[in-house]
Amino acid sequence: MGLLSKKDAKLISDPLADNNPITIQVLGICSALAITAELKASIVMSIAVLFVLGAGNVVISLMRNIIPSKIRIIVQLIVVATLVIIVDLVLKAFAYELSKTLSVFVGLIITNCIIMGRFEAFALANGPWKSFLDGIGNSLGYALILIIVGFFRELLGSGSLLGYKVLGDPIEKTGVYAFGYENNGFMLLAPMALITVGIIIWVQRSRNEALIEDN
Amino acid sequence: MANTDKNSYTVLFAIGMVLIVGTILAFLASSLKEKIAENKRIEKQQNILYAMGVNDNDESSVTFVSKDIVGEEFSKYITKQIIITGTEITEDNNAYLIDLKKEAALAKDANYQRRLPLFIGKKDGKDFYIVPMRGKGLWDAVWGYIALDNKLIVQGVYFDHAGETPGLGSNIKERFFMDDFAGEHIMDGDSFKGITAAKGNADPKNNNKTDFEVDAIAGATITGDGLSAMLKKDLKMYLPYLKTIKQ
Repeated sequence: MGLLSKKDAKLISDPLADNNPITIQVLGICSALAITAELKASIVMSIAVLFVLGAGNVVISLMRNIIPSKIRIIVQLIVVATLVIIVDLVLKAFAYELSKTLSVFVGLIITNCIIMGRFEAFALANGPWKSFLDGIGNSLGYALILIIVGFFRELLGSGSLLGYKVLGDPIEKTGVYAFGYENNGFMLLAPMALITVGIIIWVQRSRNEALIEDN
Repeated sequence: MANTDKNSYTVLFAIGMVLIVGTILAFLASSLKEKIAENKRIEKQQNILYAMGVNDNDESSVTFVSKDIVGEEFSKYITKQIIITGTEITEDNNAYLIDLKKEAALAKDANYQRRLPLFIGKKDGKDFYIVPMRGKGLWDAVWGYIALDNKLIVQGVYFDHAGETPGLGSNIKERFFMDDFAGEHIMDGDSFKGITAAKGNADPKNNNKTDFEVDAIAGATITGDGLSAMLKKDLKMYLPYLKTIKQ
């Protein structure tokens, strides 16, 4: 990448693989479980987090020298909540339809521990540009896992992708359903999201043994 | 750099931050208030029209009539709006603006006579009685509109929610769920049955319209239960009036 120095590029590429916020740092698990029953919800959530984490990291980074350490967590929380509420209000006034789609995600964004985790671990100690890249990198890493999990849960649980019935109609018994295939309703429930994330972690660590911790 | 560990600095910082954030949010909220209220009013009109089948749906989408013409369409199709208070019925062209949440809260007082709004529409020579309702889902409120004809058979519904789980409970506002309600009966002769979102896959194609059941959404049990309870509870309140229109 000519645009970014090697170090900066690593801020974006690392969270996509060996320092993934979900599979390695184990942050943001709650939202990864809650909303990955459909691919579309995964994508919307990823975009929302991309925006909030990118902007939030910059704001916290700009404020990093004046935030009193005793109340830094509360300050971080206020910054996230304010950003999310501003976006929500503006959307409600100027893009009402879009805000209806996003409204269920608002609570999940504020409580997403990836956001607090990156504020605490990175933005408080680094400059705005680096923090911005770190925010973008981590939300892309988060998005990657969310989309993988959402893909398999929707495909195996509902037999569709983005709402399109790619495997045929389960009620009319067309496509693969004609051969006796059935959707696995269990895939739609939260425990299967956990197991899917677990499988991704397993695959990732068996390919790169440096990631396995000794204990 | 100032010593950021001092107590006095911490307190001052906290106060300053609250003031700044509070001012920004209060300013934003009050300056956008009117626009947001207007959007909500338009949405209500679109929802009511949707329930009686006035919408721009294609094969599988949920598309309301456009914002620009919704006002005209609303006054064209909704011929009468009434408020039922006990046995009294009054006509009011702003009945659709009644806040069901506030009414339910006021009705906790035994002396309060709850106002029940109902919208009467006419399309292609047919009458529609549209009942608004509000209940609880898993995380937050669910609400909706159900359009009945004069035999008290469901003609169409619209459901919405404040914060049901995306991909599961949030699917109550999808076509595959809402379309199942059309044609369902709510009365068994003279006794009221309501409609239940039922698990068990007894009738997945929903061919049986007199079983008082629609197929529930997998993974959304509590949202479905809340929705069924809402349908029963709120339709029951309208029962005395609905019986007078039944043919």
